[in-house]
Amino acid sequence: MSAATTDLAFAGGTLPVPAVHAEGGVASKRIVTAYGFWVFLLSDVIMFGAFFATYVVLVDMTAGGPSGKELFNLSMVALETACLLLSSFTCGVASLGARARNNSWYYGGMIATAILGAAFLLLELRDFSNLVAQGAGPSRSAFLSAYFALVGCHGVHVTMGVLFLLTMIAQVYAKGYRPDILRRLLCFGLFWHTLDIIWVGIFTVVYLLGVAP
Amino acid sequence: MSDDKTGLPVYEGDIAPGDERADGTEVAEGLRGYLIGLALSVAATVVAFYLVGTTLIWQPSIPAALIVLAIAQMGVHIVFFLHITTRPDSVNNVMALIFGIFVVFVLIVGSVWIMTHLNHNMIPMERLMQMQR
Repeated sequence: MSAATTDLAFAGGTLPVPAVHAEGGVASKRIVTAYGFWVFLLSDVIMFGAFFATYVVLVDMTAGGPSGKELFNLSMVALETACLLLSSFTCGVASLGARARNNSWYYGGMIATAILGAAFLLLELRDFSNLVAQGAGPSRSAFLSAYFALVGCHGVHVTMGVLFLLTMIAQVYAKGYRPDILRRLLCFGLFWHTLDIIWVGIFTVVYLLGVAP
Repeated sequence: MSDDKTGLPVYEGDIAPGDERADGTEVAEGLRGYLIGLALSVAATVVAFYLVGTTLIWQPSIPAALIVLAIAQMGVHIVFFLHITTRPDSVNNVMALIFGIFVVFVLIVGSVWIMTHLNHNMIPMERLMQMQR
């Protein structure tokens, strides 16, 4: 890398550098951090892929118990989906606010995201406790074990996301829009948007295909 | 993105996943992309939830339609929310994504393929019970 850079310096540095990878040397810290987090998120997506595979394999193994068609309440799922989709948008607004160093956009976006995330979690928790109260808990059948594992794992991720979010509000409040804080904020945005993408998979594969004819 | 004199592409450096090559730093300049993303995403979701209850289209086509809509919606999220695009400065991010998608594909399709064959070849449970007596 350094050799290529020196050559360019000898050439006077006036030529536009072609799209080769050597220019500029090591990538900036923002790129390295976000890229590492992106690779972590992809490994997380692969883990969810395993849960999806388990679910799809076990979906008919109801052991004489209730199937998804009898259990799932689509209007509740639609409400949960609305919460997460809107929260992805408000999270984007918050990151724009941080880029512009604009407090009202940043805090407004983050607080809206937190409220929508918490609303999603409450709805999901109510859904889960209803199922358990009906005797359709994770121990009822292989189908329900796989269901609670997949959807519950996503719920745990959203819980972590909300904690991450509250931490980022506190950090920006205490330390301001410093480069290291903004890097963490970029990672938070990636995390939150990725969770939303996984939810698209869940509401399609679990809920919609579960009740589809 | 090329130099006026030589026509060579000007290297701007890679971009972090999630970052956008923005024209400015004002909120309004980035808001458009998020609004488009939200609109497309809501449209895909509404159509998907509508399809489940409708009798207007051929019923066996509904599952395939739902899966296509989900993949399209994931694409919308990746481009408009995660800002992972096909621009040259995002190649590394796309490569990582493609590898992730590949592994997920092998995992899910492979599991379903193998398990349906095993199910198909298994002795029915009643017969297994009789053999054990």
